Amino acid sequence: MTVNTAALTRGPTTGGISLAGLTKSFGDVHAVRGVDIEIAPGETVALLGPNGAGKSTTIDMMLGLLPPDSGSVTLFGRSARDAVAAGTVGAMLQSGGLIAFLTVRELITMMASLYPNPLPVAEVLAVTGITEIAGQRTDKLSGGQTQRVRAALALVTNPELLVLDEPTVAMDVEGRHQFWTFMRNVASSGKTVVFATHYLEEADSYADRIILMARGRVVADGPTTEIKATVGLKTIRATLPQADLPALRALPGVSLAESRGEAIVLTCSDSDQAIRALLSNYAQARDVEISGAGLEEAFLALTGDPAAHPGQTERDHTEHAHTGVDQ
Amino acid sequence: MNAIYFRYEILRLFRNRQNFIFSLIFPIVLYLVIAGQNKDAVVGDLPFPTYYMAGMITFGGLGAVIGGGARIAFERDRGWTRQLRISPLSPLSYLRTKVATSYLMAAITITLLYVAGISLGVRMPLQRWVEMTALILIGLIPFVALGIMLGHLIKSDSMGPVMGGGMSFLSIFGGAFGQLGADGSLFNKITQVIPSYWIVRAGQTATGGRAWGTTGWVVVAVWSIVLTYGAMWAYRRDAGRP
Repeated sequence: MTVNTAALTRGPTTGGISLAGLTKSFGDVHAVRGVDIEIAPGETVALLGPNGAGKSTTIDMMLGLLPPDSGSVTLFGRSARDAVAAGTVGAMLQSGGLIAFLTVRELITMMASLYPNPLPVAEVLAVTGITEIAGQRTDKLSGGQTQRVRAALALVTNPELLVLDEPTVAMDVEGRHQFWTFMRNVASSGKTVVFATHYLEEADSYADRIILMARGRVVADGPTTEIKATVGLKTIRATLPQADLPALRALPGVSLAESRGEAIVLTCSDSDQAIRALLSNYAQARDVEISGAGLEEAFLALTGDPAAHPGQTERDHTEHAHTGVDQ
Repeated sequence: MNAIYFRYEILRLFRNRQNFIFSLIFPIVLYLVIAGQNKDAVVGDLPFPTYYMAGMITFGGLGAVIGGGARIAFERDRGWTRQLRISPLSPLSYLRTKVATSYLMAAITITLLYVAGISLGVRMPLQRWVEMTALILIGLIPFVALGIMLGHLIKSDSMGPVMGGGMSFLSIFGGAFGQLGADGSLFNKITQVIPSYWIVRAGQTATGGRAWGTTGWVVVAVWSIVLTYGAMWAYRRDAGRP
């Protein structure tokens, strides 16, 4: 009797990441309300959403830091805990600082010692551009330097899955650019990278795929270009007294029409079409402005539910990015 | 236990000079001043310097091991504990390292107090030094666990008052600054359920004085088990964001 070993080993399971039916509540706050995500090995995925969308809670569950109320997490065919214990996961968590009384090099060496297959410390120092400050104590660093050291701590672990939770939140534009330049090298080396962000540009520039989250759910999931078209909405504002909102909403290119006193706000999927239609139908419209919609507005348009503001589920402590250092 | 992790933990302990020096200096100065002034006094059947050495070992030892909790609280505030949780460092390895650094601080405190004691004329056979040290180290188990538990429960900015208050309470009511209540009195019996009482007694035991007996072993064992479970519970529930 012959056994087709290839068929046995191939199997239907991917070696990637699988989040199935995840939910998590904190008291009355439903931070995550049923999230299903499949990520293939080697993908670079952005979790994009406004504050309170449930990104960090999802990441905490993915890393096994929080037990889900229901649902399951599988990382490379293992439970989150087993994957972490095997050293396959590295992360730059939100609101993390550095412990004091060690030099940068010592801290990174300490972290490397915990992992089975770390990168050489010197190499990581060079890649993240912190070789010059390697001998400095971790409590003597600027905010930007601290973030680089935190990135180095995540990189030195040489993981299969690298998770970055709002990694650039405390960085200036220049720092952000440098950060993503070296992270892109990591992603191109075949690792799976998942990062949370609330900057559309960041997701657009660095991810293959964007998973849009709002109010604890995945509201869209697809290739970056597709998602960008969906959320890259523009708004038209104009003064137009006694506007007929249903008629405005029916104009080509308009997906949502609201009035704010004498002004109207049109959320547009195609602002070029919409502006032509608006001006030809309503010659009396004044003070016309076109602007890129914020992510939150885009989400409102997408989910069509202005009553439930995304800010309801306050679990993304984005404002709290500690960068200082203590003991 | 991960050797490199442990080595850097110790390095951090010694490099935190202010904390390191101040936690050692207080019990020793207190001992040298008070025992030095009462060098020839006798308490029960013990010379005062021996009696008071036991008290200051309790006070200083408690501070040393509960101080481990303060270090944990700072690491939590920095998000470092979460970072370690997503590393392959096992919880057991982590806790062992914390226990070991706490005991190291206690060992330094005890050694310095022994030296101070000897300088004030404390003498006993080697075997009794060994016996006393063993009982002190066993008596510290509940407090090592208490430190770890507090470290995972309390924010670092509340750690000062909690530690200071807890240490004073446990030292005073354990009799570190002098036995409370006469032998056999109800009050003295009540203080015997406080585990620090037995560290004070451990210091006296080896001088040929009163032994721990069943009560001592039971009290220390029960507190050790309860607080070890408490520490593990606090560690487990603490994975969330600060």
